[in-house]
Amino acid sequence: MFETETISRQQSPISPIVPAIEFRDVDLAFDDRVILDAINFTVRRGETKIVLGGSGSGKSTIIKLILGLLRPDAGTVLVDGEDITNADEQELTEMRKKIGMVFQEGALFDSLSVYDNVAYRLAEEGIDDDEIEHEVIRMLRFVDLEDAIDKMPIELSGGMRRRVGIARALVGSPSIVLFDEPTAGLDPPTARTICELAIKLRDLEGVSSIFVTHEMNNLKYLSSEYAIVDGEGQVFFEQEGDKLCIINTKVMMIKQGNIIFDGTDEELKLSKDPYIHRFITGR
Amino acid sequence: MNPFSRFLVELQDISFLFWRMLRGLRKQPRYFDEMIRQMDSIGVGSLAIVSLTGFFTGCVLILQAYPTLEYYGAQSSAGQSVAITLIRELGPVLCALMVAGRVGSAISAELGSMVVSQQIDAMRALGTSPARKLVTPRVIALVVTLPLLTVAADVFGLIGGGIIARYLYALDANTYITSLRAGITIQDIIGGVIKPLAFGFIIGLISCHKGLTTQGGTVGVGKSTTDAVVLSSITVIIADFFLSKVLQGFFGNTLF
Ligand SMILES: Nc1ncnc2c1ncn2[C@@H]1O[C@H](COP(=O)(O)OP(=O)(O)O)[C@@H](O)[C@H]1O
Ligand SMILES: [Mg+2]
Repeated sequence: MFETETISRQQSPISPIVPAIEFRDVDLAFDDRVILDAINFTVRRGETKIVLGGSGSGKSTIIKLILGLLRPDAGTVLVDGEDITNADEQELTEMRKKIGMVFQEGALFDSLSVYDNVAYRLAEEGIDDDEIEHEVIRMLRFVDLEDAIDKMPIELSGGMRRRVGIARALVGSPSIVLFDEPTAGLDPPTARTICELAIKLRDLEGVSSIFVTHEMNNLKYLSSEYAIVDGEGQVFFEQEGDKLCIINTKVMMIKQGNIIFDGTDEELKLSKDPYIHRFITGR
Repeated sequence: MNPFSRFLVELQDISFLFWRMLRGLRKQPRYFDEMIRQMDSIGVGSLAIVSLTGFFTGCVLILQAYPTLEYYGAQSSAGQSVAITLIRELGPVLCALMVAGRVGSAISAELGSMVVSQQIDAMRALGTSPARKLVTPRVIALVVTLPLLTVAADVFGLIGGGIIARYLYALDANTYITSLRAGITIQDIIGGVIKPLAFGFIIGLISCHKGLTTQGGTVGVGKSTTDAVVLSSITVIIADFFLSKVLQGFFGNTLF
């Protein structure tokens, strides 16, 4: 269980009705292969959207579109209500400040230490060293990795790399966080830790996020548990149903570039679609 | 895509990369530290192989040319014959080829693995332009260090030639040096420095471009590394011909 300081998120002037992320009829093809076919979905403010789908179904592509790393062939991508489809590199850089991105394998900079990796965004912005150090330590404490501060990425285990990746993504307190298979290849307790971080961001920081995964226990944790803080700042995770609450998590499933399901986890379990049934039960 | 349109697309991509690099030069931060680090690894790191290459090239030039010169009774021009070949052509070109092999491959492999491990995406997601952070320092480091390396190769080549002339063919050292002095013109030296400037630019831009457009995982890194070395070597040799022609146009044809 972690101690957290409350992160003060910049009060955005944007109305809470405006979705954090919205896709309108987005098409994308690489050479003649259609990767995304008229994709429509929204992630509301403060909501976590779990994206399920087999390998190669287009999950990472969706995330790259949100960051403006790829541009759609047709359709519109909106972040905080702003159309980023035709934004130039400068506008995209501004927009990316609002987004934290956790990459599939961590994508840490091999040539930089853990400290410099986490400090990267602030150092690039020319923030002064004391402030950077304070923020880096705060973020490493959030992911429980203060001890690794002087290590190089090569010395870290898979789980530690992911957590450093999360710390790096959270620097600057982004209001949107994108997780691309953050638990793939990790042992169950470490995977659980990563999910707890995502739950804390959702329930304690009001972050909107997309959580790409194809592991069913991630889905279970994120859609049935919530985080609360007691008077001493200790964080606890409680099961849905212990008290009455509505967990702010939705599920979406992609198959070959099409959304075949978008709704709550209960609806997903009741789905009659044989592909979805096989995906959740494994047979 | 047929090879010709692929070539055009590639040329367009390289021009865009160059354009992004140029535009980035006006903006902060400028990554001077990175530039110095690159100059150290490219310049200092290549000094040994480049000097060795220059030295033995000078040796072999005299070894092959001396008997012919002797046949025509022109032994006293030995220094001049090495100097002109080395400073005008072999110094810049061999040096560029060595650097393309050593540095071009390293650059495209490094950038290629960064692409494959999503570090480039991460960089962009964190608000940095890879063109400015990675490409500009490398290209500038190459443009600055390649002329210096070429001078080193030339000097070692002239020394190597002198040693062979003196000890293998018993040519008087003074004759060699006098002939060197007479043989080298200021035009040769200017030409011999302009060429490596252009070659450094070619190697840097092509290798960075190949690295950044790596596709298809680890296998792709190998492929883009090979492509970077092959393409920059060929481009250097082709550019050498045209540069020589242009320089001749400027300075007149000052052969012997
Ligand atoms: N740069 C690219 N060029 C061509 N095809 C690509 C490229 N990137 C991804 N793809 C293809 O797009 C499909 C979706 O990829 P991706 O979004 O990474 O899938 P995943 O759901 O596993 O994250 C895959 O079939 C992949 O081969
Ligand atoms: Mg993926």
